[in-house]
Amino acid sequence: MTFSPVEIASSAVLIHMLFVLVAALLRRSQKALIAVFSTVMTVGSLMICIAGAMTVWDGATETRVLSMGLPGLPFHLRLDPLAGYFLTVIGLLSFFVSVYSAGYLKGFIGHRPVTRLAVFYSLFLAGMSMVVLADDALFFLISWELMAAASYFLVMFEDEKPDNRRAAFLYMVIAHVGAIAILLSFGIMAGLAGGFESFDGYTFDAMRNVSFPVSWATAAFLLSLFGFAAKAGVVPLHVWLPEAHPVAPSNVSALMSGVMLKTAIYGIIRVTFDLIRVFPWWWGGLVLTLGIITALMGIVYAMMEKDLKRLLAYSSVENIGIILVGIGLSMVFLSFNMTLLSSLALTAGLYHVMNHAMFKGLLFMGAGSVLHATDERNMENMGGLIHLMPWTAALFLIGALSISALPPFNGFVSEWLTFQAFLLSPSLPSPLMKLLMPLGAALFALTAALSAATFVKAFGVSFLGKWRGPQQRHVHEAGPAMIAGMMFAAAACLCLGIFPTAFIDWMDIVPEQLVGDRLSVSATAGGWMWLTPVAPDRASYSGVIVFLGGLAVNLLVYFVLHVRPGKIHRVPVWDCGFEKLTNRMQYNSTSFAMPFRRVFGFMASIKEDVSLAPQPAHAAFPRRLHYHLRIRDRFWNWIYKPVSDASFWVARKVGRLQQGRIQAYLIYSFATIIVLLLLAVI
Amino acid sequence: MDIETVASLSSFLAALVLLTAFAMLVQKRIYSLIHLFAWQGLLLSANTAVVGYVAAKHHLYISSLLTLSLKVVLLPYILHVLIHRLKIRKEIETIVNVPMTMLIGLALVIFSYHLTAPVRELSSLVTRSTLAVALATVLIGLLMMITRKHAVTQIIGFLAMENGLFFAATSATYGMPLVVELGVALDILIAAFIFGIFFFHINTAFDSLDVEKMAKLKEVD
Repeated sequence: MTFSPVEIASSAVLIHMLFVLVAALLRRSQKALIAVFSTVMTVGSLMICIAGAMTVWDGATETRVLSMGLPGLPFHLRLDPLAGYFLTVIGLLSFFVSVYSAGYLKGFIGHRPVTRLAVFYSLFLAGMSMVVLADDALFFLISWELMAAASYFLVMFEDEKPDNRRAAFLYMVIAHVGAIAILLSFGIMAGLAGGFESFDGYTFDAMRNVSFPVSWATAAFLLSLFGFAAKAGVVPLHVWLPEAHPVAPSNVSALMSGVMLKTAIYGIIRVTFDLIRVFPWWWGGLVLTLGIITALMGIVYAMMEKDLKRLLAYSSVENIGIILVGIGLSMVFLSFNMTLLSSLALTAGLYHVMNHAMFKGLLFMGAGSVLHATDERNMENMGGLIHLMPWTAALFLIGALSISALPPFNGFVSEWLTFQAFLLSPSLPSPLMKLLMPLGAALFALTAALSAATFVKAFGVSFLGKWRGPQQRHVHEAGPAMIAGMMFAAAACLCLGIFPTAFIDWMDIVPEQLVGDRLSVSATAGGWMWLTPVAPDRASYSGVIVFLGGLAVNLLVYFVLHVRPGKIHRVPVWDCGFEKLTNRMQYNSTSFAMPFRRVFGFMASIKEDVSLAPQPAHAAFPRRLHYHLRIRDRFWNWIYKPVSDASFWVARKVGRLQQGRIQAYLIYSFATIIVLLLLAVI
Repeated sequence: MDIETVASLSSFLAALVLLTAFAMLVQKRIYSLIHLFAWQGLLLSANTAVVGYVAAKHHLYISSLLTLSLKVVLLPYILHVLIHRLKIRKEIETIVNVPMTMLIGLALVIFSYHLTAPVRELSSLVTRSTLAVALATVLIGLLMMITRKHAVTQIIGFLAMENGLFFAATSATYGMPLVVELGVALDILIAAFIFGIFFFHINTAFDSLDVEKMAKLKEVD
């Protein structure tokens, strides 16, 4: 007996939903709850992953009409290769994170009940899969809201801290503003597809069969881009991301950063490539520009951050930018009918979706292990963790190498493909695009370099050197389940980097269905070992050879340094004659970022205060130096503060209506009735 | 009785209802207010019976009996008990003075007549001329709630409004279906009980039934 992918995926969603009931029954015994939770989540996410992978493999599209929904408006499911690809990403990372959670949640035993975390984690996974499976506007929005609401409660998990409540509120507000825009966008498309008086146009199928007039299509596209950008964290709608991701439990941050942001990318691709299909070139230009700005701003903020999880959150902003660059390029090429290049750029974007899910999941899990062990998020107070947590350090290093786009890891492949797309842009017929593309490519390269610097900082300051904190804590290595979860993700990063041709061969059906051309013919022209995006004489890359070469060099160095005896002398650090070196004198996060702060500081609002407490005897030798640094998003003051001030102002004015006297309220109703009656007469 | 007589009888009763409404608007003593409310109920009940007779709608007799038992006997009794238990003796203060209230009431009556003029022209019902009175009774009930400070009088204002609505239903369409009327009657009864319970709670919490005292519950400064 065989099951079709859509059956497997929907039963996985059902399992996630039913787990909520089980969790309610098990809440008295937290240990049993965690055991059942991790088993069910692992199995469920594996099912989702398998269903997605099978769909992409077969290249088939399956649809189902559920007998649920509103009267006359049943829910539609559709599992096509695009949905299957995103299901694979969701399922794969949730699988790793669920394995990790088995260990991570044990840390809460005795501190706080995890029932709420387990329930909303499960609903969150179900919501994300449903978003991807939905094939009508109604079901899509319901799933979208389920996902948003579940993640809101996950961010609120440690709700006794005011920071968490504030972050969750901010997240909720931006998520809802975005959801309204998406709703309006679907409203426009459904109205044009089925007439504004009927509900027939609400299925995606109806929208696919209509060719929209350009003006309305533009309105729908801009609204949906705004809505999905709010969820994806595109600058300037990214402010919730560095607030919400750090305060959520680390396994949830891994999922939110790794896959929840991707559902927004899925939404953008679904609406533009699948529902609207035909669009002018400036749409792609807009997405591309937003992508470059997002990538650059995100990484500059990440560089200046000293909180490890906030740094990772800002880096997610950057990676969303990179993905958008791929998608934007693909849109530009497609609107000039250059399908092969469009397919290349879309492949690069989708590849990066998978890659970012893997390495950002890995990095957040690593940060979670560090947080778990040291109870510290501030990198200024870390250091030397490589000796205390060797496994976590090694795995975090793999994540850092991948995200810095260093071969042979996976980040390199997708960014390299994006660069190939950039380098082929001179063939575009539009002179404006021809002029702008090199600038974009340069900024993109800058982003990649800054990202590497950021992760040198993140890894170096937290894991190398010596402990900087006030006192040495009892730091322990993460448990076996946590290590296993991270190891899977690290292995995925490596495999995606070494075997890109196999991966592109597998996922090729997605760009083929969306833009009408496949990359795998030209990409694998040089055999499975060589990735040749367009032609072998133009550019080629072999992950295997780089991996083997790197391995050989590393082994050689290890051999030279360690195997020959007596060659390593351990001596104290040279202190330039100053005899009282302390751990606080190490290079730290703020000092590492200082040159970048000087150069790119204009992008953030930085307040730097240095005050000296002079010594009465010798003015030249100050007794104490206070250094105070505060870095904030510029957008906070530019956009969010005026909006929030204005809403408070309006609220205060409206609040005057509240007199506290029944008579006043009665007069309001009385006046309303009289006015309405008067209108009836006139 | 011929149609003409019935029509003038109905109009006469309507005029009396309006009179009681005005009397309630300016009555300061709480016991007299309850008596006036009972009188209004009695007039309403009589009017319903007359309309039921002329329109040959027999369910209106039932609703007339219901009105009699509820609004003339039961509700005034409950209010009496309430006032007795809560030991309310003092006179009721109004916010706006009596002549002013009367003038506003008059304006409302004129407004109602103006408003229902198109309906009167189109309708063929015997009772069509009383619709304006019904609307005026509703508006005066609302006005009464606005001008009084005491919680009990506000409830009486509310019940007077309900009387007006009931009157409007009988005069505009010869009454609502019986099921609806039974439902409304039950609602009123339950509302009276809930008000009673609330009064006790308000009285214990604020040591007074003056709604002005509740102003400190508001959130905005």
